Amino acid sequence: MPKISRRNVLKGGAAFAAGTTLGAPMIWAQNIKDVTLRQFGTGVSNLNDVANKVKEDLGFTLEMTALDSDSVTQRAATQPNSFDIADIEYWIAKKVWPTGNLQAMDTSKIKNYDKIVGIFRSGKLTPESTIAQGTAPHTVGFTEGPDGKGFVDNESGWMTLIPTIYNADTLGIRPDLIGRPINNWSELLNPEFKGKASILDISSIGIMDMAMVVESMGEYKYPDKGNMTRDEIDLTIGIFTEAKRNGQFRAFWKSFDESVNLMASGEVVIQSMWSPAITAVKAKGIPAVFQPLEEGYRSWGGGIGLSAALTGLERDAAYEYINWYLDGWVGGYLMRQGYYSAVPETSKNYMSENEWGYWFEGKPATDVITSPTGDPLAQAGEMRDGGSFYDRMGAVAAWNSVMDENQYMVRKWNEFIAA
Amino acid sequence: MLKNNTLIGWLMALPIMAVLVFFLVLPILMIVTVSFWQATEFSIIPAFNFENYAFLFGSEVTYRVFFNTFKYAFTTWIFTLCIGFTVAYFLAFHVRSLTWQIVLFLLCTIPFWTSNIIRMISWIPFLGRNGIANSTLTSWGVIDQPLDWLLFSDFAVILAFVHLYTLFMVVPIFNTMMRIDKSLIEAARDAGASGAQILWNVVIPLTKPGIMIGTIFVATLVMGDFITVRFMSGSQSANVGRLISNDIALLAYPSASATAVVLLLTVLIVIGIMLRFVDIRKEL
Repeated sequence: MPKISRRNVLKGGAAFAAGTTLGAPMIWAQNIKDVTLRQFGTGVSNLNDVANKVKEDLGFTLEMTALDSDSVTQRAATQPNSFDIADIEYWIAKKVWPTGNLQAMDTSKIKNYDKIVGIFRSGKLTPESTIAQGTAPHTVGFTEGPDGKGFVDNESGWMTLIPTIYNADTLGIRPDLIGRPINNWSELLNPEFKGKASILDISSIGIMDMAMVVESMGEYKYPDKGNMTRDEIDLTIGIFTEAKRNGQFRAFWKSFDESVNLMASGEVVIQSMWSPAITAVKAKGIPAVFQPLEEGYRSWGGGIGLSAALTGLERDAAYEYINWYLDGWVGGYLMRQGYYSAVPETSKNYMSENEWGYWFEGKPATDVITSPTGDPLAQAGEMRDGGSFYDRMGAVAAWNSVMDENQYMVRKWNEFIAA
Repeated sequence: MLKNNTLIGWLMALPIMAVLVFFLVLPILMIVTVSFWQATEFSIIPAFNFENYAFLFGSEVTYRVFFNTFKYAFTTWIFTLCIGFTVAYFLAFHVRSLTWQIVLFLLCTIPFWTSNIIRMISWIPFLGRNGIANSTLTSWGVIDQPLDWLLFSDFAVILAFVHLYTLFMVVPIFNTMMRIDKSLIEAARDAGASGAQILWNVVIPLTKPGIMIGTIFVATLVMGDFITVRFMSGSQSANVGRLISNDIALLAYPSASATAVVLLLTVLIVIGIMLRFVDIRKEL
């Protein structure tokens, strides 16, 4: 039996007040502080700042575990009782959803559902957009009903993941060490950068970067980069194996920090990279550019999924958490790192006009732009690499994917690493 | 009375037996069992088939990777043996006072106060293209262009191995050398043997068990390693350990188990061959 003390009553009152200001149901005001939700996911959005803010705004405890993409997939697929909330990418959802370890989410309980960008609903950023190749988020974003095990191609009202974070990735370069414009993916295998190039050693993402390069070199045009045949996999990895044997690559990286170190130390001048890694290199005062390329971006998206085992009060708390997530504070935090929020307009309230202009609208900064930790990233007058949200997300050529021939691809990838 | 003694003997051996059964025998049996199972992308299915082994032995990559593993083990062994023997020889025969022997020996262990991984990673900024080694050589005028092969190469991998594991060679060799009766060396000298002859005919034969124990340490450590190869080669080279770790990352536990079983057998065979040359128990 919970002890009734002045302190508890006060705490309950505070939670109640917070609950009403957020327009949240009040049934949980008293018990919610006992709830602990276990969230795991990749490092990008598993931030302690988010957990702290959840405690402050919603009152319950969020335990975060950050893992790499492979481990995340593994855990979501094999240990359904080890988590309440899975913060995963859409291509991971394609692999994990059929296991039944996640539950469908009712979009009518999502307050900002109507404001979620088109990419995650119809698949189209703007009504005129074409849908890129690969595992586009909307293709694995909806299921047929509360007990759905498959995917449907319309907004059925039941989502597999609630989108939270996404971005468009491209090659990162060291402009000071290259000294000329870089405009194509094919530059990654240009002999000019022999021994100074790198690619990431995460098969499902690396193969997409490879495909962008192969297509840019004019070697082959894929019907669907996100779903290659065995012959296409052999061809793609063959070209890269040859380049590897010729000493094109300095190293391969698997973790975010490795990519930052390779770039910052000058070991590598051109490589596959992620936006916040570029931010981290810049924060050290070293010039780095997230280079927009003619062929377009390789994009990815992540979202929050609920464990199938989650029920009752915990599930209500999870829905509160999701609504809070889309309410703007996290969005603003993520956007200041160079990612995008699924509901950009709510994030605007949590960003300064200068930040919103720089990160979202692609306008020149009017003042110094700093990272969430306070390091200066850009001076007044500078513009974001690649421009505005619509310029960047509108130029997506392919989404991170899982192929039908995934196991074959993984074996070939292992051979490439060992070659 | 005799019966009673046997019983007491067994009872005394029981704790270590229980520990070995639970923490060594059972896990290995588990690995062997799983190596015959099947895996899809997400589930592991108990079965009995040779699919994992067939794939392992059918792939050209396996042979290349095993060759690489042996190459690392052999090269590292040569270097650790030469350095380890020299250091142990110096400590045992050149340093006369016991105090200094202990002081210098402890000095050798100082690097072990930090973690393996940190000692390994600290080579990366040192050997890098703009690292201390390259900038020093450039400023001395030895080279014009930075040497790329210093880092993310087999050179870097072996350097790290030698650095990490030489002490495992020094300790057992030093230990056996300390137990060599000094009068044997004096006798050899009196009989007119030169320094080289004493080394070859007296010291080396008597330190063989130490050399062998050090060799077993180094060989098993290097053959089972994956993290040093991953970091120092910049993920560009593979040994068997990396093959296993990649499989585990991709949930392919049965295939990882099969590779582990083959690696275990290989290492056991290598050690078996080594023990043919020296009977450690007899000479200890």
